[in-house]
Amino acid sequence: MSGPPAPSPPRSRLEALLRAGHFVVTAEMQPCNGADPEEVRRHAMELRGRVDAANCTDNPAARPHLSPLAAGHLVAETGLESIVQLTCRDRNRLALQADLLGVAALGVRNGLLLTGDGVSAGDHLETRPLFDLDSLHLLRVAHVLRDQGVYLSGRVLSSRPSFFIGAVENPFAPPHDFRPLRLAKKVEAGAEFVQMQICFNLPRLREFMARAVDLGLLERVFILVSVYVARSTRALRFLRDVVPGIDVPDAVMARFERTPSDRQSEEGFRLALETVAALREIRGVSGVHLISIKGQDAIIRLVEAAGLLPRPDPDNGVPAPVQNGEAGQLPADLKAGLGAA
Amino acid sequence: MSLLGKALVVIEKAVKIPLFDCRMCGQCILHSTGLVCPMRCPKNLRNGPCGGVLVNGHCEVYPDRPCVWVEAWDRSQRLPRWRDHMTRLNPPVDWRLQGTSSWVNLVSGRDRQVPTGWPTAGQGAHGLGVVSSLPPGENRDPGLGP
Repeated sequence: MSGPPAPSPPRSRLEALLRAGHFVVTAEMQPCNGADPEEVRRHAMELRGRVDAANCTDNPAARPHLSPLAAGHLVAETGLESIVQLTCRDRNRLALQADLLGVAALGVRNGLLLTGDGVSAGDHLETRPLFDLDSLHLLRVAHVLRDQGVYLSGRVLSSRPSFFIGAVENPFAPPHDFRPLRLAKKVEAGAEFVQMQICFNLPRLREFMARAVDLGLLERVFILVSVYVARSTRALRFLRDVVPGIDVPDAVMARFERTPSDRQSEEGFRLALETVAALREIRGVSGVHLISIKGQDAIIRLVEAAGLLPRPDPDNGVPAPVQNGEAGQLPADLKAGLGAA
Repeated sequence: MSLLGKALVVIEKAVKIPLFDCRMCGQCILHSTGLVCPMRCPKNLRNGPCGGVLVNGHCEVYPDRPCVWVEAWDRSQRLPRWRDHMTRLNPPVDWRLQGTSSWVNLVSGRDRQVPTGWPTAGQGAHGLGVVSSLPPGENRDPGLGP
């Protein structure tokens, strides 16, 4: 391993795996439209042992679902590490700080802090969005709570929360030349890992990563890239036309349109496999974040087919990565900077 | 508010609303954002665009309008000064200043007051200042790769 030694134990297993140089796998858990804890546990158990951590989304696409704090806690209880997402859309700075403490108190070890989709994407169009803070403010607030032990007001906490601080970035949305700088700003604000938007445009991603290298970001933040398993041309078109910020290049679209409808699902799976394989070859990409809609079967199949199994056993410590060399490529020791703060 | 204060609000509105579609947040950072008012962003973002910008550079909330931050980035890079301000970490909005004169707040220093828990501007959370200290294009890759 390159990079300076870590001054503190990792905040989460995800952080430990990344630091050890593993190519990590996270996945988006299906959000629940109900209050049955068994539904959350069932989703978690499907993913446990197949991914290293699961994201509990926060009212995705501005549609209410079971609270990510509750889900994150239930997931963690099954032994699968959770990544709780918190958006600035539905909470002001008081509620965000309260929930950041709540996340840590409930045994959730990772937070993913984001702006959030506009309410226009959802099914409660008449609501009042908050956006009191932006995602960079929230990252800084989380960092200050954890490492300075104070609220934004300066009032002192009785005990400091512990979590691994995550952000999102979208290399595929304009203005493309500003995106790496925005990631740098997020790192400055406190981000330690980043899950990037779904990648259908590898050349664009490579440009972004080259710039991230130039900016010296690789030894400051771990970068995961999202991969989506498309089931049909229709689903892909929906993603392109309805979900904001998703770039599906014409060549990818054409590839699906050429495929007969009974083979589109297989084509989507093959595209996801190809993308995972390509991402593993890009310097600075420390892992993948897998997304599918309507069930987690595609994620489970993909993890296996992409040769990402076995995952490090969650009941045991953090083993050395099987493929050596990866570790040397991805030092990204965040604690170097934290020690200097 | 004094009569002078009120007069300044009236003048500021008269100038900045027609010119910049200003929202009178009272803590103006127009010069840092290419003279494009960031408060026009429906998510009140102060630090750059969200991830929902459409492929054509338009806003996800108002798809018929260009993203405020796409405009801000383009125009900021054409300004003779303040180009590097786009990489600054701007503090949270103080909503108490909404509707007050940013000119008065600039002179009094009120617009630079940040919450006690918000670390000093320019001093990164990690103390390395990667954003503010790095000229674009400078390669800081320490050669850790293969």
